[in-house]
Amino acid sequence: MKLTLEFGGGLELLCDSVKIHNVDVDQKDVEEKLTMKDLLVWVGKNLIKERPEMFMKGDTVRPGVLVLVNDCDWELSGQLDTLLEEKDVVVFISTLHGG
Amino acid sequence: MAGSEEESRIIREMESLNESKRKIDDEIRVLQARLLQIRQNNHSSKTYGNNLPAHHIYRYSRHLLLPSFGVEGQANLLNSSVLVVGAGGLGSPALLYLAACGLGRLGIVDHDVVELNNLHRQIIHSEAYIGRPKVESAAAACRSINSTTQIVEYKEALRATNALEIMSKYDVILDATDNAPSRYMISDCCVVLGKPLVSGAAVGLEGQLTVYNYNGGPCYRCLFPTPPPTTACQRCSDSGVLGVVPGIIGCLQALEAVKISAKVGDPLSGRMLLLDAMSARIRIVKIRGRSPQCEACGDTSPLTRQQFQKFDYESFTQSPLSTTPLKLKLLPGDARISSTEFNKKIKDAEPYVLVDVRPSHHYKIVSLPRSLNIPLSSLEDRLPEISSALKKEQECRGLESGRGTALYVVCRRGNDSQRAVEYLHKMGFSTAKDIIGGLESWTFDIDPNFPTY
Repeated sequence: MKLTLEFGGGLELLCDSVKIHNVDVDQKDVEEKLTMKDLLVWVGKNLIKERPEMFMKGDTVRPGVLVLVNDCDWELSGQLDTLLEEKDVVVFISTLHGG
Repeated sequence: MAGSEEESRIIREMESLNESKRKIDDEIRVLQARLLQIRQNNHSSKTYGNNLPAHHIYRYSRHLLLPSFGVEGQANLLNSSVLVVGAGGLGSPALLYLAACGLGRLGIVDHDVVELNNLHRQIIHSEAYIGRPKVESAAAACRSINSTTQIVEYKEALRATNALEIMSKYDVILDATDNAPSRYMISDCCVVLGKPLVSGAAVGLEGQLTVYNYNGGPCYRCLFPTPPPTTACQRCSDSGVLGVVPGIIGCLQALEAVKISAKVGDPLSGRMLLLDAMSARIRIVKIRGRSPQCEACGDTSPLTRQQFQKFDYESFTQSPLSTTPLKLKLLPGDARISSTEFNKKIKDAEPYVLVDVRPSHHYKIVSLPRSLNIPLSSLEDRLPEISSALKKEQECRGLESGRGTALYVVCRRGNDSQRAVEYLHKMGFSTAKDIIGGLESWTFDIDPNFPTY
């Protein structure tokens, strides 16, 4: 499944400072749809190069990270259970506090 | 010698002139306030569209000409008040626009003083105000733009103990602060008081903006019920910030505050604006609504005034309300050396290797002579370089002096250098010592001309 993954607010530093990743996530089973939960595992394995605790906590993202699926907060689409589709855009953004 | 005499004479003269200027400024301020009162009294008898006084018609004519804004919008602004918390990178442009737009009252809260390294982004301040409170500087700029808006100064840090009293006097609050505990505190206070909050943030080349607690929309805690780890909170003083980035977010904050105060348009509630300056992209995303389980604004047990005043925001977020840099103490005294002692070792021509563990882009700004840059993040992989540097130094200078080669570690402020020495001790470099207070202490104690940043 082809997806666009974007990292911002400093999270890009965890994946070689690259913000936009066009990826092809292999599905174990075509019948079974890819969920955000599956994607987080995939991202942890394939994109996060350092300090994984700055991205994940338990089986979800750490506090202070907003997850947006097609420009929409994943809280509105079922969080970890959100079903992903071909060409979806998933954004991981760390909230900023500076000014 | 004549040069330094001349220098101190000029400094003395400037100080005395500045003192006189300050007195004159104070007198002007008193006169301005009186003038404002007289004008308001004069105009109260004769008003025009939506009770706007005559001088407002001309001053704000371009607002009045906007069909979607008009006299109604302007009259709403005049009857409205906005509090800006933080007169820094975000607050500077926000305050300039808010002072200009025709509000009834504009409050400014900040406890900090103006510093030279603020000026590239905090555009409301100027060189003449270096060392003076940001609130004084910002208030003077606002008054010089518009003598008809009442400007209120709060030269103090906003805390849970004074926030209710200060914020209750305003209709709209702007969060232009720079740290996590302040953001939770300001949002909670807005929930308790039922005020809309225009929240902006900027670090590096990115910015974020949204409106909380507006018309049944979410508050900060609905989005972020659990505070982030302190290591995830980047600060402008560590990560850097391109001046215009907070400028853009601050302008957008002013825009949202004007829209809410004038009761026009569609405020950015339930949505968030994300600015990525490097790729010139602005994205507006939909965020969750108010959470019924929210600990601040939720249905079950909404936050009370008493709970708010007692809440410890610093321990909740594990970070201080003010942004004083961290001062770690990881090492015992015999594993550390002051910059004065280190300077003496250099003078005595003792053999040493100095490792600078700052990131390479910091090292490029300024560094001590004869230092070896190995950033903390790559220390693990580059230990052999330290071993060979020690060996080389011992061969060159250790043999002739008959002494062993010392290993010193330095960074910007003396925190990372301790982390590095802790690691080096573990890896067998048992004599490694860190320079207490880093390069900042070198400037402070040894060479005032060595640049700090």
